[in-house]
Amino acid sequence: MTGLMQEMTAKALRLNVPLNVQLDLTYRCNERCVHCYLDHDDHGELTTVEIKRLLEEMADAGVFILTLSGGEIFMRKDLFEILAYARQLMFCVKLKTNGVMIREREARRLKDLGVESIQISVYSHRPEVHDAITLLPGSLKRSIDAVRFLASQGFKVVIANVLMTQNMQDYSGVRALAAELGVDCTLDPTVTPMMDGNRSPLRLGVDQSALRQVFRDEALVGDVEEFCAVPAAADENDMESLPCSAGHTACYVSPYGDVYPCVQFPLPTGNVRRQRFLDIWRHSDQMNEVRSIRLKDLTTCSHCTHVSACTRCPGLAFMEGNMRGPSSQDCEKSFARTGIESANMLAKRRAVPNLVQIRAVPAAAGAIA
Amino acid sequence: MSKLFVARDSRVAARSLDGEMMIMSGRDSTLFTLNRTATLLWQAADGVTPLDEIVERRICVEFEVDPSVALQDAESLARELANHEILQVSKEPILQKSAGASR
Ligand code: SF4
Ligand code: SF4
Repeated sequence: MTGLMQEMTAKALRLNVPLNVQLDLTYRCNERCVHCYLDHDDHGELTTVEIKRLLEEMADAGVFILTLSGGEIFMRKDLFEILAYARQLMFCVKLKTNGVMIREREARRLKDLGVESIQISVYSHRPEVHDAITLLPGSLKRSIDAVRFLASQGFKVVIANVLMTQNMQDYSGVRALAAELGVDCTLDPTVTPMMDGNRSPLRLGVDQSALRQVFRDEALVGDVEEFCAVPAAADENDMESLPCSAGHTACYVSPYGDVYPCVQFPLPTGNVRRQRFLDIWRHSDQMNEVRSIRLKDLTTCSHCTHVSACTRCPGLAFMEGNMRGPSSQDCEKSFARTGIESANMLAKRRAVPNLVQIRAVPAAAGAIA
Repeated sequence: MSKLFVARDSRVAARSLDGEMMIMSGRDSTLFTLNRTATLLWQAADGVTPLDEIVERRICVEFEVDPSVALQDAESLARELANHEILQVSKEPILQKSAGASR
């Protein structure tokens, strides 16, 4: 984040303005990624008219950065109409897509509309690995073609890679591919549970040794010693700080109009079909509860060695059952970085009952002497 | 002195945050903030109202400044914003698609 953006974010926080919103236009998708957290059926998406009204409400509420995502945004036939309207309202529009439906013509139209940047998911540089994750034959080629079309229009393109057991060996290959295409690349080692709380996608996530390997790769983390250092003890300021931007300067709206603090934090706070966006943002009890939490309020984390440097996601903690609790996946990451067990890990270890209990048998009369 | 016309560049992103305009350049995503005077100029830049009229009707009214000094300042501000591709400046009315009114 640039200095000025940081300043504006601090101002938005003071004024309770949702500067940054992700709006998922649909959960439908032309890929079927094995790790995806969504149900791809259409349960009654917002109509074009409803989305336009929502965009007006969001502009009035002060939303500046609008990320349109899905599902696959190009599954919406009215995508360009929505984009044109969003740009007319002068949002800084960012897109997340798999790129499969972006050809030269689409890339040009996106450029003409003044879209700011586009993130495209690529899981491997090898078709047999990428296509086995998306379950769409030929998808890698189409996604890479899209990156090329967009880059040739001068777009800021980011390749987003999610690390799983299936593609663990390929992240360097994806990075090399991104460099060859002249675009940026991000790597996320977190597979998330499904929106409904189903945790089965987590079985695809990488293990400790893979995390350790990634966190010690200089090309990814820069100064390894610094990145993996034992965190400094949390001071008073740390304990008064906010867990993250969710509900403070950012939120998420689903294709059905449900407003959550973040795409990864599925706590229902209201629905834009029934309430004004700004009323939900300002007055929802749930949003205000999220807003009230400081690090010092976290049940386990506030006693943890890692608390000042942890990437703890309150949304993942919520999906584990407690928005003030720890997020086990972030515990794993903190452990992989530093080799120090988290407060959560230690508590769980203490809580495991001994399976074999050996009790001394009291000496009884008539026992063998 | 010939008239100048100014129009918001259609590729920028913009939002007002408590009266302070945030503008992101469409060329390279650089973020700018405009002070109150520059914000007034930006909001009035519809491509067809001459700059001197904008200065007279919007800026002088709001800030009680000398019109000729204000016009000089506004011209240099407009040219600076044009350098960042935030505003278009022309001696003719700018009738091409201009950015919508920012909220
Ligand atoms: S930490 Fe989690 S809840 Fe917070 S913004 Fe990031 S993904 Fe969303
Ligand atoms: S490592 Fe785990 S317990 Fe410690 S702060 Fe992070 S999420 Fe909380």
